[in-house]
Amino acid sequence: MNSFDRLPAEEARTGAVGPAGVQSSALPGTTPERLLILEAGRAERNYWQDLWHYRELFAMLAWRDVSVRYKQTVIGIAWAIVRPLLTMVVFTIIFGNLAKLPSDGAVPYPVLVFAGMLPWFLFSSILSDASNSIVTNSNLIAKVYFPRLIVPSAVAVVALVDFAINLAILAAIMAWYGFMPNWQIVFLPLFVVLAVLASLGPALFITALNVKYRDFRFIIPFIVQFGLYVSPVGFSSAVVPETWRFWYSLNPVVGVIDGFRWCLLGGESQLYMPGFLASLAVVVAVLWLGIRHFRKTERTFADLI
Amino acid sequence: MSDVIIRADGLGKCYLIGHESERERYIALRDVIARGARDLVRSAGDMMRGRQLVAGNEVEEFWALKDINFEIRRGDVVGIIGRNGAGKSTLLKILSRITEPSTGRVEIRGRVASLLEVGTGFHPELTGRENIFLNGAILGMSRAEIRWKFDEIVAFAEIEKFLDTPVKRYSSGMYVRLAFAVAAHLEPEILIVDEVLAVGDAEFQKKCLGKMKDVAGGGRTVLFVSHNMGAVQRLCNQGIFLEDGAVKLQSGNIDTCIAAYADTRMGQISSVWVNSGDEYKNSVFIPGSLSLIGKDGEPQAQAIYEEGCTVELSGTLLVKDSDFAVAISVYRADGQRLFWSSVHDTATGQRTIPPGKLRFRVQIPPRLLNEGNYEIEAVAYLHNRRYVVAPGSGPRISFDNSLHYTSPYWDKSRDGVIAPCLPWAVEHLEVERSSARG
Repeated sequence: MNSFDRLPAEEARTGAVGPAGVQSSALPGTTPERLLILEAGRAERNYWQDLWHYRELFAMLAWRDVSVRYKQTVIGIAWAIVRPLLTMVVFTIIFGNLAKLPSDGAVPYPVLVFAGMLPWFLFSSILSDASNSIVTNSNLIAKVYFPRLIVPSAVAVVALVDFAINLAILAAIMAWYGFMPNWQIVFLPLFVVLAVLASLGPALFITALNVKYRDFRFIIPFIVQFGLYVSPVGFSSAVVPETWRFWYSLNPVVGVIDGFRWCLLGGESQLYMPGFLASLAVVVAVLWLGIRHFRKTERTFADLI
Repeated sequence: MSDVIIRADGLGKCYLIGHESERERYIALRDVIARGARDLVRSAGDMMRGRQLVAGNEVEEFWALKDINFEIRRGDVVGIIGRNGAGKSTLLKILSRITEPSTGRVEIRGRVASLLEVGTGFHPELTGRENIFLNGAILGMSRAEIRWKFDEIVAFAEIEKFLDTPVKRYSSGMYVRLAFAVAAHLEPEILIVDEVLAVGDAEFQKKCLGKMKDVAGGGRTVLFVSHNMGAVQRLCNQGIFLEDGAVKLQSGNIDTCIAAYADTRMGQISSVWVNSGDEYKNSVFIPGSLSLIGKDGEPQAQAIYEEGCTVELSGTLLVKDSDFAVAISVYRADGQRLFWSSVHDTATGQRTIPPGKLRFRVQIPPRLLNEGNYEIEAVAYLHNRRYVVAPGSGPRISFDNSLHYTSPYWDKSRDGVIAPCLPWAVEHLEVERSSARG
């Protein structure tokens, strides 16, 4: 397996463990071998290297999920277009026309909504798909070793494919309204990364919990549904009263959506800095917690699943 | 020292299992609600403390492996044998890093590839070609490696024509062939294989065994679990015999191990098997008893070479299904399967067995089995669909076969798997002079 590829740097460290390690590295014509020690509660020292060595598996799993996604559906890839388009229409009517909420500057309301929906759909599909990923791939988990982190992260790639399609739709809508983004759009990739990290944090945490306690399977759809209304998807976060704005930004999705609008809406949408930094801090903290919890429990997945 | 490639030191694995304690004699709604509330509080507490949820209200530790010590050297081909539940699969799971040990440690040097199941990760919607790449990646091959061996894999699996068909349209035979073909082309330093040869038709099994032998002969270390003692004997040069989660015997000679295993097994299987009431619960066919009967219809533990014997299997069929059939397997004492025979063998067209209590009888012909100890296992299945009572875990009986000496030349058990008595003819074409004189 890739993880067991010879790692000279690793050997130098493990060589100190026992004389055998030194001996095997001294054999002429053979590359040094890695010594693997399995022990209860032992943290994997080469975890991140392992992860890198399994990048091809990551790519294969992501590719599998993408290619299987719309198999045996009648309209296939059109599902990726229909869903966000209809949501946008409904939100524009409810928030823009019925509730008459103001847009950011001169931005047409559908564009505002769609720019918020882009990161929201990315966030919510990673969160819900990743949380179930270990359970749905239980046959793999029970029969083969690989860093388990690969499975929920491969899900993010599928979400990114849908995201790319949505981005194309947004471009079409913007062209329809004759709305041009300005230079800030070059920062978009950064915010895409931020959106993925913001969703992976809670996703990893819940994935690990979901293996042990399947209750989370029922909680996730609820969080996603709830979050759609709590986060500024159908409206601009500038609508939130100034006194509450900072606390509102503790929802990490707020920072992500604001960032997207700042990039895409050509300077019409302002970035509320203290709030954005708070969102950023929450994203980092949750991601750290998520990875830590996931790594702590992943070795027992096969026993619990 | 450098030769030791795997070393296990005081290895143990513990699982938590739950039981239902004795229920109250009267079940009132009040009790049910009270118990429900108590359980909820308990599992909420468990969750808060991050503990595993266990069904039932009594938790017990179960040690699947306890204090396992062994060393395996480079190039060894080790057969791991033992009864079901002896801990073989748990050991392999620890060695292939799927689960971590509860106690002790293992040191492993080199690339490990494990094959605990054929076709892990196959996706039914993907084509054969796509699944080769997917499965290869899952087993740890790089894409370049798979591309390099692609033609070889396809040729081995004999599925050239169906390469671009989704595997959900494959026959089960094709599926297994493709899955094994990918696995057979792994080239790790340590290969861990769990009972994967039990699938596929005989010819393909032979081919796989040949391929495995090549792997073993190539100086790689192989750990091999199988109930097929014939395969273990042919492949392995070392043996580890597990019993109840402990190493009963480790030997550099596989035959010693197999003999020890065969000894313990024979003592435990009686000549009559009767369902204790809750065994083999399923919705299709529940076997009731299995025995060997003599001419008088009474159970017996001894078969006589000259007379053959009759195997009787009774049970209850719960569904009407034209695919349903039962079969018996006959095993030699070392676990080698001699043959198997299905009730469908004599059917000329579709035959539907009506549901109800059934009794099957099958005659093992006289003058066939060698002297020795044999086992018979009953199997039930839905033809081409699934096993109801699967081979390897079906009810078993054992019996002795004794030779009845009709010929003075035949005075002991013979070399060879079976000992048929075949009709010979001797004709004098020309009488030789020298012998005629004498």
